Amino acid sequence: MDEINLFIRSIFIDNMIFAYFLGMCSFLAVSKNVKTAFGLGIAVTFMLVISLPVNYLLETYVLKQGALTWLGDEYSSIDLSFLSLIMFIAVIASMTQLVEMVVEKYAPALYSQLGIFLPLIAVNCAILGGSLFMQQRNFDSAITATCAGAGWGIGWLLAIVAIAAIRERLDAYSNIPKPLRGIGITFIITALMGIAFMSFLGIKI
Amino acid sequence: MSDKVDLKKIFFNPFSKDNPVIVQVLGICSCLAVTAKLEPAIVMGISVIAVLAFSNVIISLIRNTIPTNIRIIVQLVVVAGLVVIVDQLLKAYAYDVSKQLSVFIGLIITNCILMGRLEAFAMSNKPWPSFLDGVGNGIGYTIILVIVAFFRELLGSGTLLGIQIIPQAFYDAGYVNNGLMILPPMALIVVACIIWIHRIYNKDLQED
Repeated sequence: MDEINLFIRSIFIDNMIFAYFLGMCSFLAVSKNVKTAFGLGIAVTFMLVISLPVNYLLETYVLKQGALTWLGDEYSSIDLSFLSLIMFIAVIASMTQLVEMVVEKYAPALYSQLGIFLPLIAVNCAILGGSLFMQQRNFDSAITATCAGAGWGIGWLLAIVAIAAIRERLDAYSNIPKPLRGIGITFIITALMGIAFMSFLGIKI
Repeated sequence: MSDKVDLKKIFFNPFSKDNPVIVQVLGICSCLAVTAKLEPAIVMGISVIAVLAFSNVIISLIRNTIPTNIRIIVQLVVVAGLVVIVDQLLKAYAYDVSKQLSVFIGLIITNCILMGRLEAFAMSNKPWPSFLDGVGNGIGYTIILVIVAFFRELLGSGTLLGIQIIPQAFYDAGYVNNGLMILPPMALIVVACIIWIHRIYNKDLQED
């Protein structure tokens, strides 16, 4: 039950975009139409679901203080946590490359849809942010980490599709002051949506 | 690229005309999350300047030996190494601030300003211009960070750098801190206002 709770929390309350502002760069750059936004959202979700459990295992069995005990008692005092940033980003970058190759080989249709977005994901803050939050919150199993990853990914997907849908209609139906057009108004919409998402705060499941 | 005028341009353009945050729209994530108070914003700005300047120089020095296929991983490793150094330094000398910044120091790695500048500038320029470009863009980023943090801290908690600015007499007369300014969405609105004002004076940046 805890996992489901965490999953729902990660989608709505701890939403990556509206609560932490992670992955804003691609969020702003790729939200001009719903179709590409959806493609990127799926790719981000996918990467979060894969990279979080891998990084969790890495953290628990290699990096944390005392994590190397399984090698023998003389290793129990080693603390490699200062390496965690480099390890996480290396895992994410190589996973992206790997996923790109696998998708290209076995699902060319999906590959041509995601094409340009896949390599970009390595530098999406939401992915690394997910791993760092995972480290901070001491999740108790790889399954919990996967659930949180899926939740964050779907929350991100939800946010980018919503904003893309609004932006698509914005130009046709509204008269925005000229200096505010494009990026300026997108910021304000995101802020308003963020305030709306705050109403989920305090909901207990 | 070697005469003086160009170097000046490289250094000063990112301050306003080519600002990384409000014109190139890079590095928004951290810009919004660390600006509730002025102090962490300044520390964050300085960290970004340092990491950006040195990663630009390093990448620029080895730019001819990096195979294009794996350049993103090479760049990430260089940046990650520098960020780890900054992270450890902050933990040692400014523990409170580093606690407040929590994951956002780590997230400098994926700060798009870094990747953007490395790709766009350092990969094709000599070390010295790259250094200036790094420092210039870092300062441009810090300027925005400080402006946003200034308004949010002043209006949100009535303090600057932790010192009470709004006099007690105001509170006695019924003035209340605007709690909304502390919440993350307000950072977006403040940035949007900065963009608005900036584009009124820079008409060529306006989109139609």
